[in-house]
Amino acid sequence: MHYKVLIIDDEPLARSVVKECLQPYPQLQLVEECNNGFEGVKAIQQHQPDLIFLDIQMPKITGFEMLELIENPPHVIFTTAFDEYAMQAFEAHAIDYLLKPFSQQRFDKAISKWMELSKTTATSTEQLLKEAAKHPSQQERIVVKTGTKIKIIPLHEIHYLEAADDYVKIVTAEGSFLKKQTMSYFEDVLSTSLFVRTHRSYMVNMQQITRIDPYEKENHVAVLKSGAKIPVSRAGYPRLKMLLGL
Amino acid sequence: MIPFCISWFIWISVQQLALYQMGLNWFEALTDSVVSNSLLIYVSLLMFTILRFYLPRTNSVLNLFIWVIILTTGWFLATDKLMDLIYNSNQHYQSIVKNTWPIRFAIGFLISGGISVIGYAYFNWQERAETEKKKTEAEQLTKEAELYKLRQQLQPHFLFNALNSINALIGSRPAEARNMVQQLSEFLRSTLKKEEQQWVKLEEEVHSLQLYLEIEKVRFGHRLSTRIEMDADALQLQIPALLLQPLVENAIKFGLYDTTGDTLISLKAINEKGELFIEVENPFDVETAAAQKGTGFGISSVQRRLYLLFERNDLLQTETKENIFITRVKVPQPYLPGAVKKV
Repeated sequence: MHYKVLIIDDEPLARSVVKECLQPYPQLQLVEECNNGFEGVKAIQQHQPDLIFLDIQMPKITGFEMLELIENPPHVIFTTAFDEYAMQAFEAHAIDYLLKPFSQQRFDKAISKWMELSKTTATSTEQLLKEAAKHPSQQERIVVKTGTKIKIIPLHEIHYLEAADDYVKIVTAEGSFLKKQTMSYFEDVLSTSLFVRTHRSYMVNMQQITRIDPYEKENHVAVLKSGAKIPVSRAGYPRLKMLLGL
Repeated sequence: MIPFCISWFIWISVQQLALYQMGLNWFEALTDSVVSNSLLIYVSLLMFTILRFYLPRTNSVLNLFIWVIILTTGWFLATDKLMDLIYNSNQHYQSIVKNTWPIRFAIGFLISGGISVIGYAYFNWQERAETEKKKTEAEQLTKEAELYKLRQQLQPHFLFNALNSINALIGSRPAEARNMVQQLSEFLRSTLKKEEQQWVKLEEEVHSLQLYLEIEKVRFGHRLSTRIEMDADALQLQIPALLLQPLVENAIKFGLYDTTGDTLISLKAINEKGELFIEVENPFDVETAAAQKGTGFGISSVQRRLYLLFERNDLLQTETKENIFITRVKVPQPYLPGAVKKV
């Protein structure tokens, strides 16, 4: 049985170490080496690998952000030199990771752990990614995929978020983008100093609000600078008032 | 305390003598002098204690003056009352003393006023010394915290990645691996040693920056190139140790770690009329940099350090031209090479 393997790391020498460690495993076939997350997303779609070796700190988007962009991500062995936040996330979710520089023995251990795991079920990275979203570089932005393009949206440019079935619609001045996520994920992850959940299906950037109008009886709408009217529920109104200091 | 008591005794004797010459007998003069001066001691000490706990600001010194007048008046009335009780029936004493009140009041005012001024000056000086000490301590703490943060930021990630590169080179290109170990050691040694030194020659600072950049070149292969243009006479000028390190790290962070293409990082230094001008230039990714806060820790810590050193905020300037980020630093020179200001 052959497995397809992918290495994603921005340092050529770091990739060569993984390649060397892979030599004793003829059944693991290296299909591509990627320089960054953008190449990684493409290569994963193209090759559908069984296992990826993934660095965290890479240009433009981190390894975690890359995984967020992939539906049903493959098994991952993370490789990183030093990253407190990433290690916290790994510890919390018992995913195997290799700290650079690592030995062949440590590498072998990770491979055998993966082989055990791959026999059973596909791992869920959802919880891991939620934990990893506390990473400072991810605190400032959301990464989305539109067709083949990857878009990095700074948080302050977001007007509001709206739930849409299995997706969340992220609305900005440039237009709206869909991300496969839940509202409660964003409520947990986004800094509360900027966003407030005004309604079961809406989260609003408070800096965008120009006024709050009454709407029908006992309900309100928040009017944004863009003119958009966002529903405010009965539970959301006091929360909004408090955060705006009214 | 002893000279204070002695002068007080002398003063009591002087007053006694003055009263004796005005016609009181020795005993009456002594009683008067002791009673009035004891009360005056009390009033002066009261004033001193007040100043210790409540020091008037420079703009409310008038308050101090009013307090002195009130207390002197109190003292004067109390002395008068007490002497009345003792020598009520003594017509001889009363007739002589009643005429002396303006001079007694004036002397009392001068003494308690003088003591108040001394107290004011003393406590003011003490408070100032205290403030100064606190300020120095705070600056020291800030500096240490910043250096600590700087070290933390520099070391783990950079160090482990460099070790990983060496690990990769050992098998295939052992000579390069050896070279990198030497560069890394020299670089680490220079950053550790420099914390104790205060000012260094630009030449020395640039040497360790070059080591740092060489290590990054090994890590990222052909992606990174550097251009270092230093005037020969600029290299001899002085710079606070490790001032440029965070700026170059910042250039690497945005220019190399966060971009995907080839990167040119350039360093320039010129000597302009004895002042040192340095310029660091790096490309950056417009899209991702927009999502990052401010200018990053590196720049603000250098800004802060320059402020602590020179009390100036205009020594560091940044500029962006399309996708190029430029940092300019001006380093005023310490006047005497031997007696440089502490960093």
